[in-house]
Amino acid sequence: MEVNNNANQQPAYMEFEGFTQEESQELSKAGVLIGTLEQIKGWARSNSLWPLTFATACCGIEMMGTGAAHYDLDRFGIIFRASPRHADCIIIAGTITKKMAPILKRLYDQMPEPKWVVAMGSCATAGGPYVRAYSVVKGADQVIPVDVYIPGCPPSPPALIYGLNKLQEKIRLEAKGKKVR
Amino acid sequence: MGEIRTEEMLMNIGPQHPSTHGVLRVVVKVDGEIIKEADPVVGYLHRGTEKLAEDLQYTQIIPYTDRMDYLSSMVNNHAIVNAVERAMDLEVPERAEYLRIIVVELNRVMSHLVFLGTYLLDLGAMTPFLYAFADREQVVDFFNRLCGARLTYNYMRVGGVKWDTPDGWLDDVKKFVPYMRSQMGMFHELVTGNEIFLERVKGIGKFDAETALNYAMSGINLRSTGFNWDLRKNKPYSIYDRFDFNVIVGENGDCFDRYMCHMNEIMESLKIVEQALEQIPEGPVMGKVPKILRVPAGEYYSAIEGTRGELGVYIVSEGKDKPYRLKFRRPSFINLQLLPQQLKGQSMANLIAILGAVDIVLGEVDA
Repeated sequence: MEVNNNANQQPAYMEFEGFTQEESQELSKAGVLIGTLEQIKGWARSNSLWPLTFATACCGIEMMGTGAAHYDLDRFGIIFRASPRHADCIIIAGTITKKMAPILKRLYDQMPEPKWVVAMGSCATAGGPYVRAYSVVKGADQVIPVDVYIPGCPPSPPALIYGLNKLQEKIRLEAKGKKVR
Repeated sequence: MGEIRTEEMLMNIGPQHPSTHGVLRVVVKVDGEIIKEADPVVGYLHRGTEKLAEDLQYTQIIPYTDRMDYLSSMVNNHAIVNAVERAMDLEVPERAEYLRIIVVELNRVMSHLVFLGTYLLDLGAMTPFLYAFADREQVVDFFNRLCGARLTYNYMRVGGVKWDTPDGWLDDVKKFVPYMRSQMGMFHELVTGNEIFLERVKGIGKFDAETALNYAMSGINLRSTGFNWDLRKNKPYSIYDRFDFNVIVGENGDCFDRYMCHMNEIMESLKIVEQALEQIPEGPVMGKVPKILRVPAGEYYSAIEGTRGELGVYIVSEGKDKPYRLKFRRPSFINLQLLPQQLKGQSMANLIAILGAVDIVLGEVDA
């Protein structure tokens, strides 16, 4: 499903697998999209990410700020949910302490598949400024697998939006069967 | 009809709960809807700030205080630099003092706006949250222009502040003050007179001044009971004695009074900002301080009026460049101690209203 710009300034058309160029062109003109069910599911999922409100520390305030009027995450279809059973993505916003780690694991287990994890801020990425503290887990990836890391202490709302857009991209690419690291 | 048989049930609220403002866990024993016993469990965000500080120089501790009460980082910065300056007997340039007051009071406005937004979100009103955060964003932008950070500023230094203001910054703040005043009128119209809101908060979570004093409460939680105690007035530090402002005092010590104290304190803070903007002189923003700060051996305690109460810093020094022991008196943690008594006999819905009005920040509770 790649957009192909013709050299001689023909209008762009989608190239569908298993169809000739003319057929693809004709389908595009008629406004028909052809993809696998997985691709369509990926497209739908990426545009209705419901993250769990897992705000442990300072990053949580920036996450709230991103969700509020000025930056407005709703325009990407991202709406915060309070229950892990409603969520398909978890934004780890803040430090994970050793006391909090089992709860993070349990929340992750409670989320229905498919699920993704965003580590927001340096604490969730690698311990951040508290890396030498006795009570802090050195990164959320020691507890659950992480898909996107967002650096910053705390990351600004544009950085969080960029990270979430990257996650959406990853969901769509994965649906195409591509391996994304 | 026979009598309804009820049974006690143990319920767990948090640590992942949208209304606990972070990672507080409250274990409640309920009979029907009435709370018999409540037990707050803290420590889910304990990051060992005080222990880390023992291995850091005084300037290096400042960023860690940012992350303690992350809603009012500037106030925390002020607490630590004020403590070290008092201990070392250092002079701070006038302009730096005024800049400190301006940012601290703006930060107080910002923090109270977050309280307003999240408290009403807890009570089920979504719109005020959006309005409060839209206004908060303006203050965040001011700080962003001033020091390049949106939340964790690391702006103050022992002996002054790090940066002078960028061009036009003071004028923009001057324009912001009347704007924020008019916004407060809107908030009062939007929220304060609301019948449903009043039902939820009036007469809920009451305690008297004596109880508050016995629990060493401070800040708005103490003042809402009618006890007049504000360190800015009672033990003036920095240059607070030069400003004309009122200490906001409540009457009944219920959730509504605490809400009103927050709202009115925003107005008082704006008053201070306005006066400071008029009086601010030109000059350097950093005083003469030694390259390596060594606090003379001894024990020092100094406190400032934080956003949530008396924010104290207790330094035990051996005369080295690092503290032997650093203890923060964290108002959120102390204000939380009354919660079990407050919650006894209340309904579950009131739990959220009472907990929200205490206005805790978990970063400060657990440090």
